[in-house]
Amino acid sequence: MSRHKISLTVNGEKVEREVEARTLLVHFIREQLELTGTHIGCDTTSCGACTVVLDGRPTKSCTVFAVQANGQKLETIESVAAGGKLHPVQEGFWEKHGLQCGFCTPGMIMTAKSLLEKKARPTETEIREGISGNICRCTGYNKIVEAIQYAADKLQEAR
Amino acid sequence: MAHLEPRVEKHTPKAKGTSAQVETTDHVEMKTPQKVCGMGHRMKRKEDPRFLQGKGRYVDDIKLPGMLHMALVRSPYAHAKILNIDATEALAIPGVVAVITGKDLKAAGNLHYMPTLMSDTQPVLPIDKVLYYAQEVCAVIATDRYIAADAREKVMVEYEPLEAVVDPHEALKDNIIVREDKEKKTNHVWHWRAGDAAATDAVFAKASHVVKQDIYIPRIHVCSIETCGMVANYDKAREHMQLYMTSQAPHAHRTVFALVSGLPEHKIQVISPDIGGGFGGKVPVYPGYVVCAVASLVTGKPIKWVEDRSENLQADSFARDYHISAELAADADGKLTGLRVKTISDCGVADAAANPSKFPAGLYSICTGSYQLQAADVQVDGVYTNKPPGGVAYRCSFRVTEAVHLIERMVDIMAHDLGRDPAEFRLANFIRPDQFPYKSPTGWEYDSGNYEAALRKAMTMIGYDDLKREQREKRAKGQLMGIGISSFTEVVGAGPAADYDILGIKMFDSAEIRIHPTGKAIARLGTKSQGQGHETTYAQIIAEELGLPAQDVQIEEGDTDTAPYGLGTYASRSTPTSGAAAAMAARKIRAKAKKIAAYLLEVGEQDLEWNIDRFQVKGSPDQAKTIQEIAFAAYTNHPPDIEAGLEATDYYNPPNLTFPFGSYICVVDIDTGTGAVKIRRFVAVDDCGKIINPLIVEGQIEGGLTMGLAPAMFEEIVYDANGQNLTGTMADYLLPTAVESPKWELGKTITPSPHHPFGAKGVGESPTVGAPPAIANAVVDALWHLGVRHIDIPITPHRVWKALREHGVAD
Amino acid sequence: MIPAQFDYHAPKSLDEAIALLGQNAGNAKVLAGGQSLIPAMRFRLAMPEVLIDINGITQLEYIREQNGYLAIGALTRETALEESSLIAERYPLLLDTAKVVADPLVRQRATVGGNLAHADPANDHPATMLAYAAQIVARGPKGERTIAIDDFFTGLFENSLDAGEILTEIRIPSPKPQSSGAYVKIERKVGDYATTAVAVQLETAGDVCKAVRIGLTNVSATPMRAKQAEAKLVGQALTEQNLEAAAKLAASECDPSSDLRGSAEYKRDVTRVVVKRAILLAHSRVKGARA
Repeated sequence: MSRHKISLTVNGEKVEREVEARTLLVHFIREQLELTGTHIGCDTTSCGACTVVLDGRPTKSCTVFAVQANGQKLETIESVAAGGKLHPVQEGFWEKHGLQCGFCTPGMIMTAKSLLEKKARPTETEIREGISGNICRCTGYNKIVEAIQYAADKLQEAR
Repeated sequence: MAHLEPRVEKHTPKAKGTSAQVETTDHVEMKTPQKVCGMGHRMKRKEDPRFLQGKGRYVDDIKLPGMLHMALVRSPYAHAKILNIDATEALAIPGVVAVITGKDLKAAGNLHYMPTLMSDTQPVLPIDKVLYYAQEVCAVIATDRYIAADAREKVMVEYEPLEAVVDPHEALKDNIIVREDKEKKTNHVWHWRAGDAAATDAVFAKASHVVKQDIYIPRIHVCSIETCGMVANYDKAREHMQLYMTSQAPHAHRTVFALVSGLPEHKIQVISPDIGGGFGGKVPVYPGYVVCAVASLVTGKPIKWVEDRSENLQADSFARDYHISAELAADADGKLTGLRVKTISDCGVADAAANPSKFPAGLYSICTGSYQLQAADVQVDGVYTNKPPGGVAYRCSFRVTEAVHLIERMVDIMAHDLGRDPAEFRLANFIRPDQFPYKSPTGWEYDSGNYEAALRKAMTMIGYDDLKREQREKRAKGQLMGIGISSFTEVVGAGPAADYDILGIKMFDSAEIRIHPTGKAIARLGTKSQGQGHETTYAQIIAEELGLPAQDVQIEEGDTDTAPYGLGTYASRSTPTSGAAAAMAARKIRAKAKKIAAYLLEVGEQDLEWNIDRFQVKGSPDQAKTIQEIAFAAYTNHPPDIEAGLEATDYYNPPNLTFPFGSYICVVDIDTGTGAVKIRRFVAVDDCGKIINPLIVEGQIEGGLTMGLAPAMFEEIVYDANGQNLTGTMADYLLPTAVESPKWELGKTITPSPHHPFGAKGVGESPTVGAPPAIANAVVDALWHLGVRHIDIPITPHRVWKALREHGVAD
Repeated sequence: MIPAQFDYHAPKSLDEAIALLGQNAGNAKVLAGGQSLIPAMRFRLAMPEVLIDINGITQLEYIREQNGYLAIGALTRETALEESSLIAERYPLLLDTAKVVADPLVRQRATVGGNLAHADPANDHPATMLAYAAQIVARGPKGERTIAIDDFFTGLFENSLDAGEILTEIRIPSPKPQSSGAYVKIERKVGDYATTAVAVQLETAGDVCKAVRIGLTNVSATPMRAKQAEAKLVGQALTEQNLEAAAKLAASECDPSSDLRGSAEYKRDVTRVVVKRAILLAHSRVKGARA
């Protein structure tokens, strides 16, 4: 069983660690980096609670090995509020009550942020399809959609 | 232990003033200004900043020095003898510390069995036999999660498979006994009856119309995004057990642990931190928790156990699994007269549903619903089968989902049978506002209600008459469109001490409020939020009563060392119980504040009146003391004949339950080629009495509606004939995404509860209760003219296709 | 759920990957998107001793039209297919397919090469490539070869790649005039496998079917074409009657299993319905382009 030294950028900082080949990225993030904002909700790549941004792509971190992130850029929920100021997506979730228990929320925010970076003015259908890899049990999704629409407006204003 | 003698439900007469005719409005009152942010304000949640930034603290986030990890070995059989457990290979793996079996637990003081919340028994770890697929068989403890996962694979368990009994009708024949360990060798757990059998028989005897229907509500699983888990931390030097636990009821769990383990209760601390969804799934005590705690006790080290999703889906408490046979009677004028229900409750291997102890079928006898009925007779029989135990773990208000599904389907079938419009038929049969105080045929005293107002509002919002016209036009062209109504009465807020207890502990709840010298406050309550927004709503209640800005009130729940005793949060009980306690405690504080204000202003208490956040002299409002000034004085300048401080505790015993209600209307279009059902529109009008925070109430309703959609169209736990779970992962157990979940449309009416301190009722479960029959009624409505009378949920495309083809519709 | 232990290699070139595959014959699996393999490893249904991660071979990610075909590098992500304006304009069947593979997050990593190499009849691309009469390019120790898609799928999870070969490119013939395609997938929810799905690539002369290929998803043990349905339609006008006759044949020649999605009879009937809808959609696209 191979062990590997990996070097990657995590939330803007250079990180070097050693991992087993089989260490899943989500466990690496939560247990070795002690960034517990990324959550585990299933074991079949179904729920999206573990979503991070890896090399610019929103990614289910339970279905990637940590060793695959070697040399790459990883962003987790902890990096979203830059300098302590909430990102418009986070603001939107707060204003519009887009979260209740908060467990799916980090994954949802990473996906929403990536969605808006790709498409500045998504339609409601595009939003719903865009977050269809993230399951929420609490909200019924309406207010998550509204939160993302709020953020889209906010981001447009800033331009 | 299991009750085989029949139980008949009796409702003791309620205190005066618990039921009344009450005016209905739709205006959300705001008595306090924005800066105070009392009730009615759409206050942004105070708890959100940490969740938004990934700084929540859930059980799996807890890391203690020296912590070990536990993984469970589970049974691949639904019923089998355990011939041997060989852990040699597992123990040889470096990093594996121990393997714990049922024999070890028995030796440690008969810990291999535990009581359930219904006073039955349940195996913790088995010695002789496994009784359900995925049952916990033994535990491995290792230095890290990955080693524990490897070790789990290396424990060799030798089984001799036995025939399993999966169908409760089969189980009732007692050919295969599920619980050989019990004295009475039978699968019949209990018989329960409510209502009046003789009166019901008489009503049916002279009925003009009777409709009969069998309805099966299948087993489902709540599948909160966070699974269950625990970090058990036994400190040998202090003889103190600390349990971080995904718990909706930390105090009740502490007491149960004390009783089971023999550890003194003051030496056990249960900490329920942030919880990622509960919905009833985090109320039962699962074997994993007990083994984890014992492992810590024995090793003296912190032990973490967090389930995988598949374990959670396959072994933890389910909900529903009711086999219902119902009959509804009406007179010649189409007035409903009687209801007769027989039901088999598939309990799994133990009676472990977390119901109040006198109610093995929960609050099921609410099944006469929103309608005037002369008589009802409701019988339920609990049955053991080779499946995991449970029954109420999915946002159901203790079986109210089942009760409402049955009455709303039956009323709809009757209406269609009589050629009556389903809305008009309901309006003709509703309990009328002037009939309050209303006593139902099964003994409930509904506190307040206005069913007509809610239904008419829903009809207006959806454009009912236009839809009916459209449906007629479409039907003529062979296009299938359905309109379904559900006009439900819920019952929540367990409950009055006379009737409601869990393992003997009465179902009051509590609030303790303390105001600091600088006018800020801390309040601790006996409930436990798993996302319902308590840190905000309780603060708003206290802000309303005391004028302290909600931002200045810190709310805490979940630590049994500091919070006052409570029974926890489930069955929509928090606002009716702890919400009331918070108001009552605040009023006690206000009474003391008045004394202090009188002293400071040098007037008599009778000269003072309260105004939002201050006591002022009547007729001279500039002579006033704010609550902040009074708080400061409570520590620096209080009347010499009273104690310092400004705090109070209230343990609230509700005089009755509360009865939220609503009307939902669903419009569906059916694809005759594939059987797919598209929900075109869904209007939900809810009445939960006084609204604390409309934003949070909307969130509860929208979330509950999606959890009503899910069992109506997607979710079902399926077992094969051998009791193997076929839907044991999220790949096969279908949770709706944002694409399947419609854009819910909400409306409201407000009919306060006459007995609640501020007129509120619970709300979280109304949508899960009301939505499935609205959807089912819509689909059946679309197909009625073809000869379809009923389809069981989940209404899958396959089932609709079958109904279409069987009734001559091809594509 | 934790995978069993394994040795991991991340070759930087195709030759290196092929060499590693050869050295570890029988014990190794290629890791591309990993969206099927890693879940199987987590449940220990797959326990390769060696994993050869080819994600570093970025020269295998490309979409370009050349020499009369669309060449797609095997490592091309589903998201890239979704975002390609070339594919949107000229290969609507492929765009339809990419949009419904799993869910949007899985599509960020899942590759079209992986989707095909897995040879799972429940995956979406096999039916689509069958409809396109695509070619598979594979490279191994003996060099490069081209495999016709009709010869690629040989059984449940079985393809005709040799033990040491890696799928490197997929080639879809450039569309003929008056041709178009469509993929219609019936799924219970986003992320589920198809209850049934139909891929159609259609070439017309006016309203007459000149050529058609129909691929079916998740209604057989091996990815299949509805050949009897195709034969029934060729040279015929695309009328409701002819479509129904062809669709009935597709329903009878497929071989679905009863499962939680529904009975075999149900799946056959829905296949019939969807074959018609997919052909009509493809035809409407041809007419739309003509207009």
